[in-house]
Amino acid sequence: MLRSATTWILVGQRLGIALITLLIVSFAVFFATELLPGDVAEILLGQAATPEAVAGLRTAMGLDEPAIWRFLSWLGGLATGDLGMSYVNKMAVADLLSGRLMNTLRLAGIVTLVCVPVALALGIAAAMWRGSWLDRLVSVLTISVISVPEFMVATLAVLVFAVWLDWLPALSFGVDVDSLGDMLRAYAMPVISLSFVVSAQMIRMTRAAVIETINTPYVEMALLKGASRTRMVLRHALPNALGPIANAVALSLSYLVGGVIIVETVFNYPGVAKLMVDAVSTRDLPLIQSCAMIFCISYLALITLADMIAILSNPRLRR
Amino acid sequence: MSLALRLPTPARLGYSFNWAGRIGLAVILFWAAIAIIGPWIAPYPPGDMVDFDYFGPMSSQFWMGSDYLGRDILSRIIMGTRYTTGIALAAVILACAGGVLLGMIAAVVGGWFDTLLSRFLDAFNGIPHLLFGLVVVAAVGSSIPILIVTLAAMYLPGSYRFARALAVNVNTMDFVTVARARGEGFGHIILREIFPNILGPVLADLGLRFVFIVLVLSGLSFLGLGVQPPNADWGALVRENIEGLSLGAPAVIFPSIAIASLTISVNMFIDNLPTRIRDRSE
Amino acid sequence: MDQPLVSVRDLKIGAKTDSGREVEIIKGVSFDIAPGEIVALIGESGSGKTTIALSLMGHARPGCAIHGGTIRVGRHEVTAMSERQRAAMRGTELSYVPQSAAAAFNPAKRIMDQVVEITAIHKLMPREQAEAKARALFRALALPDPDTIGHRYPHQVSGGQLQRLSAAMALIGDPALVIFDEPTTALDVTTQIEVLRAFRSVMDKGAMAGVYVSHDLAVVAQIADRIVVLKNGMVQEEGATEQILHAPKHPYTRQLLDAFEPVPHVPLDRPQAPEPILTVQDLCAGYGVMRDGVPAAKILHDVSFRLERGRNLGVIGESGSGKSTLARAIAGILPAYRGNLLLDGKELAPLLQQRSKDELRRVQIVFQLADTALNPAQSIETILARPLAFYHGMTGAARKARVIELLDMVRLPGHLRHRLPSELSGGQKQRVNLARALAAEPELILCDEITSALDTVVAAAILDLLKELQRDLNLSYMFISHDLSTVEAICDEVLVMLKGRVVEALPAARMSTDAAHPYSRLLIGSIPQLDTGWLKGLEQDPALIAQFAGR
Repeated sequence: MLRSATTWILVGQRLGIALITLLIVSFAVFFATELLPGDVAEILLGQAATPEAVAGLRTAMGLDEPAIWRFLSWLGGLATGDLGMSYVNKMAVADLLSGRLMNTLRLAGIVTLVCVPVALALGIAAAMWRGSWLDRLVSVLTISVISVPEFMVATLAVLVFAVWLDWLPALSFGVDVDSLGDMLRAYAMPVISLSFVVSAQMIRMTRAAVIETINTPYVEMALLKGASRTRMVLRHALPNALGPIANAVALSLSYLVGGVIIVETVFNYPGVAKLMVDAVSTRDLPLIQSCAMIFCISYLALITLADMIAILSNPRLRR
Repeated sequence: MSLALRLPTPARLGYSFNWAGRIGLAVILFWAAIAIIGPWIAPYPPGDMVDFDYFGPMSSQFWMGSDYLGRDILSRIIMGTRYTTGIALAAVILACAGGVLLGMIAAVVGGWFDTLLSRFLDAFNGIPHLLFGLVVVAAVGSSIPILIVTLAAMYLPGSYRFARALAVNVNTMDFVTVARARGEGFGHIILREIFPNILGPVLADLGLRFVFIVLVLSGLSFLGLGVQPPNADWGALVRENIEGLSLGAPAVIFPSIAIASLTISVNMFIDNLPTRIRDRSE
Repeated sequence: MDQPLVSVRDLKIGAKTDSGREVEIIKGVSFDIAPGEIVALIGESGSGKTTIALSLMGHARPGCAIHGGTIRVGRHEVTAMSERQRAAMRGTELSYVPQSAAAAFNPAKRIMDQVVEITAIHKLMPREQAEAKARALFRALALPDPDTIGHRYPHQVSGGQLQRLSAAMALIGDPALVIFDEPTTALDVTTQIEVLRAFRSVMDKGAMAGVYVSHDLAVVAQIADRIVVLKNGMVQEEGATEQILHAPKHPYTRQLLDAFEPVPHVPLDRPQAPEPILTVQDLCAGYGVMRDGVPAAKILHDVSFRLERGRNLGVIGESGSGKSTLARAIAGILPAYRGNLLLDGKELAPLLQQRSKDELRRVQIVFQLADTALNPAQSIETILARPLAFYHGMTGAARKARVIELLDMVRLPGHLRHRLPSELSGGQKQRVNLARALAAEPELILCDEITSALDTVVAAAILDLLKELQRDLNLSYMFISHDLSTVEAICDEVLVMLKGRVVEALPAARMSTDAAHPYSRLLIGSIPQLDTGWLKGLEQDPALIAQFAGR
């Protein structure tokens, strides 16, 4: 398939917009964590600190320099992997994050692998047989999951699988993981909870995107050519729903971010999100900055990727 | 004479309103009433330890059991209603009022103003909501006014985008062009020509955003970053009593049910709004 | 006697309204189609013609359902078949040419894949053979580049070509019956001719029967053997084309035909005013980013004309000719970047913000689609009261009385003022649209295709109203239209526009005889006539069509 020059211009534009967005977001994070809270040196030394001590620390930390300069050097640090030192346990933030990041990525990866195929299949099926019992069941279930907070899905999962059925341990990461069975059991609860939250969104948006394309004259035309319902949906509606579906998937995967924060807290899972929630309670600002940036970057990457797929799947831009 | 005795039911006013919508509305009105008259109907002072047992079961004395300190859950849920609905309502009104106004202005003014504002708010929306809440709370602490402003700031860009898209559509309609050709000013075009035509969808959107805000607020409180003790909204009640989860205590179940009942019924009401009866044959 | 190919008996189709009430939209329709015969279903919007045509394929749009009667196509009892059986019949026994081919082609797939899809669905022939057959059909339909056009995507070919390609798509399965659903309505007249010609030639060659759905009697006269006249879901009259055209029996048919009769316009006999109401000199306008005072997309090029007070000027041209842009430039909605506008001899600023309230009041613009020109959230009273308050400062009882008076002027009852626009019919909405312009007490009204979206009978009534108002109020109209008979009926002078330029200005009454410019002649010659032999007898220079018809 040939792409015209406009396609690549559009793709370039999306990348540019993503970069600008990233800049604005990082400024917002920097602003919120460095400028809003007041004097970091005072926070660090506590109320009992002498003015001389505070002044000394300020100079040592470079807090006397103008905000814009601090922002730029902070950005430079981020780009080169220097994430600063944690206030609380005086360790490099990068070291604190490295292991945790893998844990969170593993959780998110498993959830994505489980959710995307299941949600796409259910969403497309619900749209294809719109109004059937399957569609109604799926609609009621998804709207119920979407209407309740993430922590409730997680607590409900604990209630059902751990308390009533006693199949799985309630809090997974107190125990050591020795065998594959243990690992499966350990991951089961967080994965189940998170999958519910993420796939409910994905199913709804996929269904809506497919239904929108089914209601077009060219799909009616396929019907009038004698095409079966399956052919109508799979051959005519789906290729045109690709862009919207990619968007739906990306937007719902972004619920991973919100979901992961809650789920890691509920299950005491040693990931980045748990680290961040703990950092918030101890006001460990460098750690919060880095965690926030990690989440924002992953969110932006997903959205931009979806936009790209939407652009590349648009037949009007084909030569 | 019998005419005067007829109640103005939806059907008589020319509206059809199905049962799902009616149930949703009833639950919404129920919680609104609880929020208003709460202090007078709570059986116990919400802060007092009244049960000797903690995580007590449901009983005739404590209808919804007691919490981890032996406080009456029913009274605490009744008091929590005010925090949850009040904060969410204030935040959603702030977010939608700001978003809709900016959205309409951007749609009518167009040009670089529109491009710049849209880009900026889109970028702002690129921060996941719960994350934004965490960062703000970490930076400035948590109090009710801060929660309201933070939640409103989270949902303003979405409301802006929604209203702007609607207003851009209306703005291209010929009746707006006619008004402009007549020589009407900016205010008339926005308030008289555009606003009435986006009001319906905007109200429905306000309802959905209310649900999202209730969820995020509960999430924040659940993480201990929302409403601070000794006060508690529904999310904070779940957090306080999460230890009782493995016991299956009613103290953790009932606040969850309260949240779900409110959010699900708002969704139900919005999906089944009364529709004006209009027949093509008329 | 021959067994008819299609017989429809007492067909009833119901639809669910928004409030869930069932209404019958097709109320017991019966007709037959003989093998090889082309039958036209003709009627105005809401007559149920498309619904009937789709029901022949066993298809009802969402919300509609066949309630009674029988449909037999060939040996199939359509009304008694399962959905699977119907699917097997669609495309091979009978096929469908849609109103808007642009919407009916899947944008994500190449044209060839869609044209031969019927042969793949029904396993009629191998792909190679199907493509060869498609290319032969492209050739028969006079499509350019018949060997390669199939490799393109739908957005890469023009509207007229897509419409012919959709006919190829319908014919590939050798159906016994082809249903044409208003296939030329969305096309310009010069394009319509080519498409009609192509349809005719393939239908003449094969022994296929056809159903041709249309609202345009003149188009139908060129292609149909028999005509069924429909109104409100009932058959009004049915007969051979010649009989319907020349000896209609039903009063409704006569009304339809009367609307076609050219009503020669009699100019008002008034003393000539010293200054023309509107003078336009070398007007240039366009859209897009301004660079060096010139917009990126230039639409109008040096348009000049004069409109005398109390006279009417028609502006004709096809889509993209810039005729609507001209009205917008005069109204100041799209400011002209060069040239002069004089209202009653006085300079008019290009931008409406720079014009005085009184200047704005004297020139009013009325748009084509009353649906979008009236604010759906305001009552008729609010809509009409606004210009009264804005221009004349009227309030209270005086304003209310004036609203009723205005409604009366456009022949609407006063109690309609409490309604919302959505509660009025199309013709009523267009009258309110006009009344709003009258509320300003203008001297010049710019009418942008105001009768184009209306059914012929309703449109004729609006034209009568315009003439009446002109007599009473001493108005001048600038009347923009693609429909020449409308312009002929109301205008004194006519401007023919092509690609943003005026190619010719001539008196409306002698349009067909005096036109000198080749494009004007092509345009005027392309208007279908109520004569079954018109298309056959029409001789047009193919080079001329290629030059001007653009697409």
